[in-house]
Order: sequence, then C-alpha cells, then structure tokens
Amino acid sequence: MRRTAWRTGAYAFMIVACLAWLVPVLLALYVSFRPNAETSQYGYASLPHHLTFRNYTDAWAQSDMLRFFGNSVLITVPAVILTLLLASMVAFVVTRVSIKVNLALLLLFTAGNLLPQQVIITPLYRLYLLIPLPGFLSPSGYLFDSYTGLIVINVAFQTGFCVFVLSNYMRTIPGEMYEAAEVDGAGLWARYWRLTLPLCRPALAALATLLTTWIYNDFFWAITLISTGGKRPVTSALANLQGQFVSNQNLIAAAAMIVAVPTLVVYLLLQRQFIAGLTLGSTKG
Amino acid sequence: MLAVPVLADLAFIWGPALVSVALSLFNWSGIGGLHARGCIPGGLFPDNGCFNGVQNYHQAATNYPPFWPAVRHNLSWLGVFVFLATPLGMFFAVLIDSGLKGSRVYQTVLFLPVMLSLALIGIIWEFLYSPNYGVINTVIGHNTNANLIDWLGDPSINLWSVLVEASWRQAGYVMVLYLAGLKAVDPSLQEAARIDGASAWQTFWHVTFPSIMPMNIVVAVVTVIESLRAFDLVYITNKGTNGLELLSALITSNIVGETSRIGFGSALGVVLLVISLVPISVFLYQMFVRREAR
Repeated sequence: MRRTAWRTGAYAFMIVACLAWLVPVLLALYVSFRPNAETSQYGYASLPHHLTFRNYTDAWAQSDMLRFFGNSVLITVPAVILTLLLASMVAFVVTRVSIKVNLALLLLFTAGNLLPQQVIITPLYRLYLLIPLPGFLSPSGYLFDSYTGLIVINVAFQTGFCVFVLSNYMRTIPGEMYEAAEVDGAGLWARYWRLTLPLCRPALAALATLLTTWIYNDFFWAITLISTGGKRPVTSALANLQGQFVSNQNLIAAAAMIVAVPTLVVYLLLQRQFIAGLTLGSTKG
Repeated sequence: MLAVPVLADLAFIWGPALVSVALSLFNWSGIGGLHARGCIPGGLFPDNGCFNGVQNYHQAATNYPPFWPAVRHNLSWLGVFVFLATPLGMFFAVLIDSGLKGSRVYQTVLFLPVMLSLALIGIIWEFLYSPNYGVINTVIGHNTNANLIDWLGDPSINLWSVLVEASWRQAGYVMVLYLAGLKAVDPSLQEAARIDGASAWQTFWHVTFPSIMPMNIVVAVVTVIESLRAFDLVYITNKGTNGLELLSALITSNIVGETSRIGFGSALGVVLLVISLVPISVFLYQMFVRREAR
C-alpha cells in the first residue's frame, strides 16, 4: 500500500518536473511564431491571434545567419578532428608505451581541462596578439581574431578531457593483442593507427558528439579572442543580434531556435553517444 | 606522437596559467614593455610596466568595489548548486533508476538543457523573466508599470533569477552522472535491505549512497568547478554587473573592456586559479588513488 502511494508520488513528481523543464524552451518556440506587435500588446502569456514564420525568415535574412553558421563549421569541424587525433595519440602513449612520465602527463592534461577558462584568458589574450600567422591562416596577421586561433584554443583546452576518457578506454584493451601485433612485426604507428583506433571507435564516436556540441556552444573563447563581429561563430553572434534587434524579441526567439537546431538534431539522433561520452570519463577511471 | 599535443597544452594552457602569476606582480596596460623598476607608491604619473609586488592583490581586496560582491556571488552560486541543483539531479536519477515507466522520456526531457549553450539559455529565459511581457509577472499579476518585478535587472534578486537558469541546466548534468553511477550498484543489496524492512529513504541512505561514493566525488568536483567557471549566463544577461558580478566576469572585463589592465586582471585570475586548484587536486587524488587500488 505504501509502495503504491510512493510510486504514484514519484510519477506525479516526474511528470510535473518534466513539464516545468519544458516550459522555457516551448515558450521561446511559441514566442518565435508570434508577431512582435501582438506580444508587445498582450505579453508572451496570451492566446495567439496570428502565428507566422515571418520571424524566422526575417531573422535568417537580416542577420547574415548563413555566414555565422559557416564560421561555426569552419571552427568546429577541424577542432573536433584535431582534438581526437592528438588526444588519442597521447592516450595511446600513456597507456601502451611504458615511459616514466606517463602519470605526470595524464595529470597535466586532465588538470589543464579542469581549469576555469578565465584563469588563463589574460595572458592568453596577450599571447594571441604576439604570435604572428601567415596571411592565408589569419587575415589579421596574428592568432588573435582568427579562425586558426579559435581552433587552437578549443583543441588545447578539450584535449585534456579526451586524453582522460580515451586512456581509460584503451586500458580495457587486452595487452595480448598488442603482443600478438608486435610478433607480427607491427611498429608503433601501426599499433596505434591500425589496432588501437578501430577498437576505440565507440569512445571516439561518443567524444566526437560531445566535442561537436561543446565547441559549437562555446561562447567565452569566441567573444574574447575574436574581435571582428563577422568572424564570430553563431553561438556568440547570437549575443550581438540580441543588441541589434533589442526592440524585436520575437525575432531573437526565432534566431535562438535556429541556432539550437544543430544541437537538438545531435541530441535526438545521438543522445546515447552524447551521454556515453559524458559518463565514460567518470565511471571507468 | 607526444610532442605536438604536449607543446600545445604547455603553450596555451599551463604557460598562460604560470605567466599570469608573474604578470599579476606588474602594473601593466599591455602596451609597451615590462621593466624591473618598482612602482612608486602614490606616484603622480602612472608608470606603465613597473613591478608592483603584491599591490594588485592588495588593491583587489581593499580598493576594488566589485571584488567582494563577486566572491560572495561565486559562493552563492556554489551554495545553490550544492543544496539545490545537485540534490535535485540526484533525486531525478534515483527515481529514473527505480524503474518508473517512461524513464527514457524523463531522461530526454530533463537532460535537454545541457545540450543548449548557456548563451542561448540566457536568451530564452528572458521570455519568462521580462518585466512587461514575461510569463512570470503576467501570471503573478505584477505586469503593470506600478508593480513590475525586474527579475534580471534588480540587483537584489537577479543573482537568484540567473541561478534558477543555471540550476535548470546543472540538475540534468548531475542526473546523467548519477544515472551512470547507479547502474554500477548491485540491485540485490537494495532488495536485501528492503526485505529486512528498510524504508526507501533508509535503503538509499545506507545502501545506495555509499556504493556510489566514487561518483559522489566526481559530482562534487564538477559542482565546485562549474560554480567557479560560471560566466556565460551573467555575461549574456548584463555583462556581469549590477548584482551579477562574478570573479570570471571581472577578469574578462579587465581585458576586453575599455580599460586594459593586464597586471590587475592577472591577479584576479591567480585568485581564481588558487581556488580552483583545490577541487582539481581532489579529483586527481581520487583518480590516482583509485587507479593504484586496482
């Protein structure tokens, strides 16, 4: 009897919590379909007189959204690939090649990822203004205000977490496989590229999902290390739009929904991967 | 195979972290060079690039009005995460793990905010908080100009409003971590406790909670780190001013704002560095000990 009451309570709590959790997102979606003239008269919590796609077409056309999405792709794709490549190399060496500094390396990378970004931003900002780059990599001539600079910091910052996760994962690969490969004459590179990486495919897929979302969602590096508004990726460009269209919040709602689409697609299609990536590092250690 | 990643990590993460300690001892605008000459206390002309000793720290603590509010706000942030977001996330996880029907749906919904960028979260919550048009004021009848509540603008309440947004996201994050931890718990232990007549609460507190101890430590570290890192939400709301000062936002405003105070900004960065080394050490120790134990 008590058990039934408890379960009923649990269901009620979960359903109420889920509804409450959806309110902010559904509200923004609702606002994005309503004309500004209507909500400024009746407020957001009112029944609709008209529903329209106008905010979406306006947001897309007036904000140069395509260019900002392009910036996001140009930064996110190379950053994810480079991070996984570098992190898997470090993880491979740390777990499969016995050198004395292994633990120190692992600590270095893991701790680096846990630092708040603001701890390093002041010197990093100066450093970015000091390092020159050839014109084809950076029109500004420096790491500062360039896609390359943003890719570099995203890679450097995210590598730590990936090394941690991948080294835990690689530790589960039986050592006999490596002994057999060595007997067959596989060199260090072959053992990494042909043996380890294919076996790590599930972990790499999970991390790729996670990294794509995190780098796409990055706000801090983009607003501090990119000074030209037109070069910013879409997440940080959204903040500028908010200032630009301050009198039309409905348009902002539509822009926010457009920006959320890629992450929502990733979530709905690859939810399992995403959650696996997030928890791999914390459960297997 | 190691050279590139190690150099990148040293050059762009640890290098700047150490350099910030050195820079924090100088009075520097970022333009011109640094020199070893000491700053003249109370000098009439600002001596750019001079060695300032611990004066930047002294100034932060005694002559920089937003500093102590920022520290207090970071502590409030931590408090809300510890006493609200984390227990809530844990409770979600325990309920989902207890085998309710539709657990997959609950998990999908409650985790949704973690997918969204914090910048986006700050934007969509304004439709709830907006003084004139927002849903909250309309529902509680405070939407006429005479009695508006400015949830995000009023410095006496805006920190709490932003913390609701932050907790909305953090609870889902904690939930997923605990769900992974709970999968490792042996269900026969819980069953045995139940047969012995333990209540649901007793079973959780004496059986489940101790067996997810490693995850508790991970969550504790995540909670502290996330409350030190907090930045995006306050920045998107009002650039971290007027009730929303945080250490992270002060550091940022000292470099991207109109005033470029590299030495002073670095000193604030070092304060944040020293605080964050505590949870980082706990995490590394835990990882190290657990690994040695196997």
